[in-house]
Order: sequence, then C-alpha cells, then structure tokens
Amino acid sequence: MCQECGCSRPGPFAVDNCPYDPTAHAHGPIESHTHFLPDGSVVTHSHGDEAASHGHYHDAGAGRQVLQVGANILSGNNRLAEQNRGAFKALKLLAANVLSSPGSGKTTLLQQTIVALAGRLRTAVVVGDLATDNDAARLRKAGVPVVQITTGTLCHLEANMVAQALERLDLRALDLLFIENVGNLVCPASFDLGEGLRIVLHSVTEGEDKPLKYPPMYQSADVVVITKMDMAGPAGFVRELALKNLRQASPKAKVFEVSARAGTGMAAWCDYLVAARAAAGR
Amino acid sequence: MHEFGIMESALQTAAQQTRAAGATSIHWLKLRVGRLSGVDPEALRFAFDALRTGSPAETARLDIEEVPAVCWCQDCAGEFETADLTYQCPRCHRSSCELRRGRELELASLEIS
Repeated sequence: MCQECGCSRPGPFAVDNCPYDPTAHAHGPIESHTHFLPDGSVVTHSHGDEAASHGHYHDAGAGRQVLQVGANILSGNNRLAEQNRGAFKALKLLAANVLSSPGSGKTTLLQQTIVALAGRLRTAVVVGDLATDNDAARLRKAGVPVVQITTGTLCHLEANMVAQALERLDLRALDLLFIENVGNLVCPASFDLGEGLRIVLHSVTEGEDKPLKYPPMYQSADVVVITKMDMAGPAGFVRELALKNLRQASPKAKVFEVSARAGTGMAAWCDYLVAARAAAGR
Repeated sequence: MHEFGIMESALQTAAQQTRAAGATSIHWLKLRVGRLSGVDPEALRFAFDALRTGSPAETARLDIEEVPAVCWCQDCAGEFETADLTYQCPRCHRSSCELRRGRELELASLEIS
C-alpha cells in the first residue's frame, strides 16, 4: 500500500527461504498478573483466553459504556522482545540491532567487523531484507553463521522473526550477534527486538542533517557509526556540523567514525564491541 | 509506513475488549501516540479507514491524542518539552538523555454498546 517504502500489512515471511508457518509454533502461556480494583478486591489472571480480558467500566449513557484500556499497541512484539532479551542475557550474548537507511554500508561494516573480531569474539548475523539473500551470501564469505530473514513486504524486523531465526543458530557458541535490520530509518525504530545494543549507521554521503530529519531513530541509538569516512572529502561532508546534529538528536549515543574499506577507525570500533560484550556478560 | 500493521493490532485489541464486555459495536476509540513513537497520525487515520470495514469499529470515530516528547533535566531538576525533538534544556542548555514521555503508542479508551 505504501509507495514510499514498499511495505504493507505484516504478511508471510521466510527464514533462510523456509516460509514461517505460525500454526506450527506453540506459544507459551502469557504471564499471569494481578490487578487491585477500586473496590479493594484483587484479581489475578492471564490473557490466555478472551473472557479474561478486561477494562474498567463507566456508564456513558444510552446503553453505552466507556472502557479505559491503556494497552500498548505493540505489547505483542514487546513481550516477544523481552523473551529474546532474557535468552541473550542468560547466554551472556550481546545482541546488536544494526539500523540505517538503505545503502549506508551496514553489510560492508559487518563483513569487515566480523573479520577484525576473529579470535576475539565469536559472531553471527541475522539479516533482514524484503527479498533476496544477497546480503547473507556476502556475510557468509566472512566465515560466520548467517541467517537470512526475507520479510516479503514488511519494512522492518519484528521480535518474532528474530526468535524464529535464533532457532537456526547455536547461541551457546556465540559472543556477539548482529541483527542487520531492513534498510529504513523510520519504521524499525518502533520495534524492539530484544537487543542489548542499538547501532545506527550514518554514511557521509547522506549529508549532515539526517539526525534532525529522523529523530525517533537517532533518539533510540546507543551507538552511531559514521561510515564511509574515506569518501568524506569527495562527498563534501561537513564533519563538525554532522557531529553537532548528532549530539542534538542523540545525546546519549557514543559516536564512531570509520571507513570499513580503508580500515580507519576500525580498531577503536572493535575494541568498543569487545568491551560491550564483556559488560553484557557480567 | 508500518502504521497499517499497528492499526490492525489496535483494532484487534479493541474488538477483543468489546466482545469481552458483551458489546457489539464501537462508537469511538482513542489512541495515544507519542511524537517519538515513530508513528505518523495521518498514516494511522488512512489505515483506519482502510481497515474499519467489517470490524466492530466500522462506524466509529478515531481520536488520536498526540503526546509531546518530554525530557528530564538533571541539572535543573525539572521537565522540559522538546519542541524540535532535540534534547537541549531551554533553561541550562545542557542535553538530556532521559526521555520521560513521547514514545507512547497505546489504545487508551473506547466507547462501546
């Protein structure tokens, strides 16, 4: 339906070309929880069946009633993201959600990072695209396990897709899992995947004002990596202005400036990932 | 443009709540959408119009309350609204990392019968 980014309602997706069948997957019961009602009574229940759903009722006249719901619309995704997060934590595995617009160098940065981290961290990649497994094929050449999620028409990864992909990886044999999201600076910002680290890439060819144009994405970043620094001159990239904009839109993010092709900045970037993995394992 | 799936899930929750209360139709529903939720209210309205047919919300009115982005400034010990979505405190001009409101995306309430 959307002409800009090509996405539509969440539809079927595939993991390594195997279509995901939701009916074949059993979901655990949703946690039970307790409410303290205004009349002093206490109700504990789960939302396993619809009859247990509830609101707080007030008369609205003419046989109508107003329900105060207060339900997070993304609660389904968030619940699965928390399950992923719990699994990562138990395994002392750092999961990094890698986000950027298309073409800003996610795959190249990951290829070079994986090679540079060899012998220091055991890595794997889950990569999301609307179609093709081209990125997975490129990443496999770096010699690590790679799982491709093809989202069909969906413009972002969701937590359940990542959960399915995790079943294809030996998580115990990993220290760092990169989740390369669909190239898009808008939609993926809203979807928690359970990651411990959110990395946003900003290539010098994109100019300086992307952080101001896409605030939700940059606000959510733990780390911003400025990529393609070897092309900063030809692209007319004004570094100071970009850093100023980044500090405004993303005050908490740590910033790295790298060129994956030329190798500049890669040592500091890799040292940071090793330290972040060590902190996650504590 | 992920608003289609988000509206679909809001309508599912609304329909469940309606059925659970023994009602059949929704007269209005209200969503709360934070300015940093990454969701565009106009795209939500477009999705609502496309998805309402055949649902209990077929004739319902959609209200969207936009929630401003509000940060906490530690130095001033006070909140401030980030009008331009940068995080500089208007009093001391320091940047705040603590976002208190603005990521909301919720089905707030609905009227049913």
